[in-house]
Amino acid sequence: MKKIFTKIQVGTLAISSLMTSITVVLIVFFLFKEGISFFNKRPVEQGFVLLVNPNNSVTHISPSECKQVFDQEITDWKTLTGTSLPITLITLDDIGSIYSEEQIGAEMEYLDTCYNHFIQENRGVIAVVPERNFTKRIHASKLDVDKNTIAAFVKGKEWFPTAKPIAQFGALPLLIGTFLVSFGAILFALPLGLACAIYMSEITNDKMRRIMKPVIELLAGIPSVVYGFFGLVVIVPFIQKLFHLDVGETALAGSIVLGIMALPTIVTISEDALQNVPKAMREASLAMGATKWQTIIKVLVPYARSGIMTAAILGVGRAIGETMAVLMVTGNAANTTFNFLKPVRTIPATIAAELGEAPSGGIHFQALFALACILFLITMTINIYVNFVSKQNHK
Amino acid sequence: MTARRKQSIIFLIIRILSLSVVAILFLILGFIVVHGFQVINWGFVSQMPKEGMMEGGILPAIVGTLCLIAGSMIFAFPIGVMSGIYMNEYLRDGWMKRFVRLMTDNLAGVPSIVFGLFGMALFVNKLHFGDSLIAGSLTLGLLALPVIIRTTEEALKSIDQSYREASFALGASKLYTIKNVILPVAFPNILTGLILSIGRVSGETAPILFTVAAYFLPKLPSSIFDQAMALPYHLYVLATSGTDITKARPMAYGTALILILIVLICNLIANGIRKWQRKKA
Repeated sequence: MKKIFTKIQVGTLAISSLMTSITVVLIVFFLFKEGISFFNKRPVEQGFVLLVNPNNSVTHISPSECKQVFDQEITDWKTLTGTSLPITLITLDDIGSIYSEEQIGAEMEYLDTCYNHFIQENRGVIAVVPERNFTKRIHASKLDVDKNTIAAFVKGKEWFPTAKPIAQFGALPLLIGTFLVSFGAILFALPLGLACAIYMSEITNDKMRRIMKPVIELLAGIPSVVYGFFGLVVIVPFIQKLFHLDVGETALAGSIVLGIMALPTIVTISEDALQNVPKAMREASLAMGATKWQTIIKVLVPYARSGIMTAAILGVGRAIGETMAVLMVTGNAANTTFNFLKPVRTIPATIAAELGEAPSGGIHFQALFALACILFLITMTINIYVNFVSKQNHK
Repeated sequence: MTARRKQSIIFLIIRILSLSVVAILFLILGFIVVHGFQVINWGFVSQMPKEGMMEGGILPAIVGTLCLIAGSMIFAFPIGVMSGIYMNEYLRDGWMKRFVRLMTDNLAGVPSIVFGLFGMALFVNKLHFGDSLIAGSLTLGLLALPVIIRTTEEALKSIDQSYREASFALGASKLYTIKNVILPVAFPNILTGLILSIGRVSGETAPILFTVAAYFLPKLPSSIFDQAMALPYHLYVLATSGTDITKARPMAYGTALILILIVLICNLIANGIRKWQRKKA
């Protein structure tokens, strides 16, 4: 009896140790389930179909081409692999202004005949028709919008998830925004963090170190929304004044805030790396007559190189995933830009800002999950890489 | 320039850089403390928000955050500690241990917004909890799990092997040894893990955005299936989406100060325990 009881208790311990693994698996499952279903959908506004004249040979169109058509950047069927013919657009709103109320009917019961009339009259037409009005009375062929592909998702330059009738899901500006801000953060945080680590590990005395350690820890403990708030009321106006900008919410502001947030990670890990340099190396160098600085820069830093690399990479990892602070200070405009003085929008900020408005299960919702998949894959890769490197160092 | 001269210049630069890191912290803290203290009074922490959050207090946000802390810790602390015990005392070095540790590290690295999405997909939608304290608590609990596991493991690792051997030599079973010898000794250090993760949980915003947080809800939650306000989200709302930014600013400073105080107190307690432990040893 006692044996069984012990078995149960040990079993409970074992199961709880599997909790993290189960969670990771569940995260992967739920993210990718929603994220992947994004790639089986067509980004047409729900409940609408695109129709063309039955004589038109074009049968499908890509989402970005479609947007160009509606923005009147593409005005000829020749660009869309058809015969040369000007494109005429007609939407539900236009019908009301072309046909009289009598023609459409009091309850829109003749809407389909109006559409049909217009489609037969205009050979180069693209008609946006409500699906329930696409009846047998309309003689037209369907113009399919291509399904979302991974390539189009990653390469697409336009992020207009609520555009009608064709939403645009191009994640490139978000990816660039994310990397730009993180890169800037590390550019700012690495020198500062490394200097701090060298100071704590090699230069100062125990007393100062005992003051610095809790300070760094506290810096790590401040909630990201507080950093964001601080950035919003201090850094953003400062940048705006300094560079005479219209808005201070820029990639630069995001980089500075994220840099401050990445500091603790960088300091702690590179200090550890410096501390782990064998004492003999230090002493040998000093015994040869090298100064302390020469020892640091010629012996210690090269020896701790991979640890410092790890620190930088983990710092980037944290910056890439950071949400609230970035959301508050980067301005959130989906610009494809490498300019630090322009507003940008990162992947986490996009998810946080848009998920609340995206109806659950819709294509926008799934696109945000697809973004989260990208985010998850990036941070996962970083973690596994760091794990691998630190294991090699221990050997 | 002699090598020594060069060194002293470089050291000066390094010193300035590292002191500027300290300065950044005090700048942020000082800024919020100075502005926040002008706002905080008893009414601020004990009243409901009024006039579209521009006046009154932040009581529901404080209560909501406390509920979330309690809920997430009730869930994560026992599991985290048990997991740490199993990993340190039972699992032998091998692929299993490596795998579990890798997964724990990975979980620690998952961005908080991904936790939010996951919490929404699983707890809110799949398990039909809706936007509720329990969904938020479970999400935050999962987020805190790696921290608790790691500190527990460290705490157990630092206990001298002789404790275990002495207990075994007296004929005690492994479980008995863990319960009556190892855990009492390791407890203060495990507690630091708990306290630090409370600090972390209280400030997280992204995971609660879509699992529990209410924009404005001037009443206290009455069950675990209720929505609730929370301090970090409240600060975000006050800072970004108020109708009247100048009027909302003081409220935001006050909220930020309360948040920082929670983190500060958690850090102080954790440090205190550590110091006390070192003295005892």
